[in-house]
Formats: sequence, structure tokens, C-alpha cells
Amino acid sequence: MNASEIVKKRRWSPLAKREFIAGLLFGLPWIIGVLAFQAYPMLASLYYSFTRYDIPKAPVWIGVQNFTDMFKDRFFPITLVNSGYIAIIGIPIQLVFSLICALLLNLKVKGQAIWRTIYILPVLMPEVVLAILWNWILNPNLGIVNNMLKVFGIKGPLWFTSPEWSKPSIILMQTWAVGIMIVLYLAALQGVPKEYYESAEIDGAGRWQKFWSITLPLISPVTIFQLITSISWALQYFSQVYILGIMAGGTGSMGAPRNSLLFYGLYLYLQAFVYLKMGYASALAWVLFFISALSSWLVLRFSNRYTYYEVT
Amino acid sequence: METTQSRPTYHYQKPLQVRVANIGLQGLYYIMIIFVGVLFLFPWVWLLSTSLKPPTQIMQIPPRLIPNPFMWINYQYAVTYVNFALYLFNTLLLCVVTMLGRVISCTLVAYSISHINWAGKGPLFAIALATMMLPGQVTMIPIFIIFSKLGWVNTFLPLLVPTFFGDAFFIFMLRQFFMTIPKELTDAARLDGASHFNIYLQIVMPLATPALATMLAFTFIGTFNAFQGPLIYLKDRNLWPLSLGMQGYLMRYGGGGGTALGAMMAASVLYTLPMILVFFIAQKRFIQGIVTTGFK
Repeated sequence: MNASEIVKKRRWSPLAKREFIAGLLFGLPWIIGVLAFQAYPMLASLYYSFTRYDIPKAPVWIGVQNFTDMFKDRFFPITLVNSGYIAIIGIPIQLVFSLICALLLNLKVKGQAIWRTIYILPVLMPEVVLAILWNWILNPNLGIVNNMLKVFGIKGPLWFTSPEWSKPSIILMQTWAVGIMIVLYLAALQGVPKEYYESAEIDGAGRWQKFWSITLPLISPVTIFQLITSISWALQYFSQVYILGIMAGGTGSMGAPRNSLLFYGLYLYLQAFVYLKMGYASALAWVLFFISALSSWLVLRFSNRYTYYEVT
Repeated sequence: METTQSRPTYHYQKPLQVRVANIGLQGLYYIMIIFVGVLFLFPWVWLLSTSLKPPTQIMQIPPRLIPNPFMWINYQYAVTYVNFALYLFNTLLLCVVTMLGRVISCTLVAYSISHINWAGKGPLFAIALATMMLPGQVTMIPIFIIFSKLGWVNTFLPLLVPTFFGDAFFIFMLRQFFMTIPKELTDAARLDGASHFNIYLQIVMPLATPALATMLAFTFIGTFNAFQGPLIYLKDRNLWPLSLGMQGYLMRYGGGGGTALGAMMAASVLYTLPMILVFFIAQKRFIQGIVTTGFK
């Protein structure tokens, strides 16, 4: 054999060839899946975002008009404010509350497992039921919350029916269902080595100091993770507000009252599937992607100074 | 406070004041746990209570906690006011087929990424991670257009077919689990002449039951819950799963009080029950799985 034949033989041994084919076959479902349901749609929606695509007519190229239209669209800033409100106000509340719950659940008390289940159970409620139930609980006249407030002489707000209180109502509703965050925080808390606390105690650290200087930094990865996913979550928030819209008066009252619940995800859905403006909706989707990616990157950048991963 | 000499061990007793304060604190903590627990529990209680109330007591101000009498007939209304049985059937159909699709596709792909030494091993895994970052809305519209051109709108196909082509999250989860299967096991099988498919079917899959149970539980809960997907594709009411079917109560009676509300709450209870059931079942399997792998 001459040199080039030897080299060729060394690059793909028969075993390597067999393994490649096997790997390909086993991986085929995903390969097809990625091409058909991720790669192609991504490119297609990018293309659509530069067109006017009013179904069933064919797409017409209009350049960046969809994106400039966004700035002229009077609803676009409203959706950003609404989703932003949920992200900026709702998420910190949920983080603090779920951390408190995790701390409580981490205590050595009797019946810990039962309490754990109770705190996590709301997560299992279907989104549709969540909206229906809380709409009823926060009913201004007949709901239990306002009637309980009446006992203390407080006149309860109009909750979901009021433009000012509808978003806080959403936050209240979602904070009830933070079970997953509680589980994550609980796992993180239990991952903090006890030696850290013990040596801090020996050095005379008080309860608050221990929490601030040991616990918080060491569970910060969970916090970072939650912050990153929260912006996307707030922008994509859909099922609950759709159902609330139906309850407020059917498909015509989406985002009621007075567009206070017109979230980005809801608006995107309406543009695409109710107004059938696929081009504009695709543009909205890419802006969503861009905002999500940007905020995730920002969170990571700023968190580098504050995150402590465990040093082993 | 460093010492190089060895210290005799002694039992450190905290001063009495500190001990009393600690007990007081324990009591305070317990009260807090109960208080927060009641807050978490109350909406469930209220859901059940309203589901068993006659219309007069639902509209009553101030509302009462325990209905009298228990209006069990609300549950009968729940399943008759809308086509509950059909919606439940549709939901279960979607769940079962989705679970099947996931088991088949995600395990095959996870095996490819974990146990086969080939060039695509790394890239495929990286792609799985990358796609998890992609918001669904970006791909939602073109996928809908593909399906509508195929004429699959208003069928279950758009919701079922993609599940047979893998899911990034579960591929990732299963791959991590598959990697914990000892290489000696699979190497021995290889030496005995087993093909990849044999190893996959007879060694890896049986050992993967805890991870599979987790995946199935998550898939069931996710599909049972799914709203936006069915909303987009299922226009015909006869195809509605329960998530869409709940709208039937709202549309029929405008969400006001009365019999409809009681029935709707009863339906909500019925709709939530399977999720809770699956959680309790999966919880045990999950713990079992952890214990078994720990003993290994």
C-alpha cells in the first residue's frame, strides 16, 4: 500500500463507519425534528417578518415595514409595559416569597413532608382552572377575599375587573403557584454544606449574618436561573389571560379591562390567529426572541459579580 | 481562632436564655409554616366548597365556608352541561399518544447521544441545548402554515406527530441519565455480539425506568394541561380536549353565578384530580428511583 491509502484507511475505520450509521439511525427522529420543527421554521419566520402575509394571500415582501409599524402601533408599547410589569414587579415578589417558603420548609418540624406537598400542590392546577378559580376568589362582590377584607373594614379593590388592579391580581394568582421555585430553592438550600454555617457560628456570626453572607450567595445560581427564564415567561404568558379575556366578555374582550392585561404573548396570538397578519406576528415573535436573549445576557453579565458557585 | 493542638471534645451547652429564645423561635416558625400553609390550602378548600354549593349559597353575602346541603348534583351538571366525556376522551387520547411518541423518540435519540461513538454525538447534544432557549412563538407561525398547507388543521395530527420527533428537554434529561449506566455493562454486551439495538432495548431501557417514569409523568401533566396548541389547531368542538372544553361553561352562561358556577367549579375539580393523582403516583416512583440508583 502507498502512503495515501494508509492515511485513508486510518480516517474512517469500519467500526467508525458502523458507529456513524448507527448513531445516525438512532438520532434520526431528532435530526428530522430539528430540521422540520426548528431550523426551517426559524428561517421561515424570519422571512415572514419582512413580508405582509395576510392569509390566505401569498406573502409580499415589504422590508422592515413590520418593524417600523411596531413603533406606530398604539398597542405595542402597552404590551411591553404589561409584560414588563409582570417581569419587574412580579418576579422579585415570587422569588422572595418562594425563598421564604423554602426556608420554612427546610426547618426541622413535624409533618414537614405534608407541608411540602401543600406548598407545591398549586403547581398541579391546570392553567385554565387557575384563572377560573382566582377570577372567582377575587370577584369584587361575591369573592371570598373582598368579603374577608370587609370583616376588617377594608373595601376590597375590583381586582381583575379594574385596570389598576388586574396585573397585581395576576401576580397574586401566580405567586400562589410558585411551587417549582420553592422546590428549586429547597434543593439549593439543602446543598449548602453545614460546615459553612458551623464555622460561621464559631466566629460569632448571628442568624441574619449567616443568611446574608452564606445562604444567599450560595443559592444565587437558582435566582439567576429564575431571572433569566422570567422575562421570556412574562413575554409569552398566554393561557390565563386568554381565559380571563373570555370570562370578561368573550373573544372580543381580550386584554380587558382597558388593555391592562394585553400581554405580549396574547397580542402575538391575536395578530397571528385572529387578525391573520402572519407577517406582523412573525416580526413580533422575533422581537420577543431578541428581548429574551438580550435580557438573559444582561442578567448573566451583571450576575457574574454576585454569583458564588460552590468551591469544592 | 486557630489551634494546632487537639482539643478534648465536650458538649457545648448554649446559655439558658439562648435555649429559651430558640424554643420561642421554633414556635414562631411553626406558626409561620401553618399560616403560609393555610394560605396555600385555602383556594383549594374554596374550590371544593363552591363546587358543592347550591346557587343561593354561592351568591350569598357574606359567603359561607361549608355548604349545607352538599349539592353533589353539581358534579352531575359538570359532566352534562358540556360534553365532558368526549373532552376527557380527547385529552386522554392526546396524552397517551404523546407519551408514546416521547418514549420512542427521546430514548432513541438519547441513546445515540450517550452510547454511540459517532461524529454527530456532540453537535446533536449542543443543538438540543440550544433549542431549549428558543421561544415557541418564533417557530409557532411557520409550523402552523406548514400544517395548514398539509390540510392537518382541525385534526390531532399537528399536536401528535411532532412528539415522535424528539423533545430537547427530555432528550437532555434522558441523556444525562443514560450516561450513568456503567460502561462495563454495555461493553460486555458488545463483546457478546449484541447490536446497538439489543443494548438499547435489553439493557439501557430497563435500567432507565425511573427516568422514563419522570418523563411520562411530566408529559402527562403537560399534555393534560395544554391550552395554546389545541386552541390553535382544533376548531371543531368535538376535537376539544378538556382544557378547551372548560370554555364551554363560560360561553354558555357568561361566567355569572348560579348553577353554572357550581357546575363549573365541580368540573374544575374533576379536571384537576388526574393531575394530583399522577403527582402522588409519580412521587413514589421518583423516590424509588433515587433510592435504587443510590444503592447502586
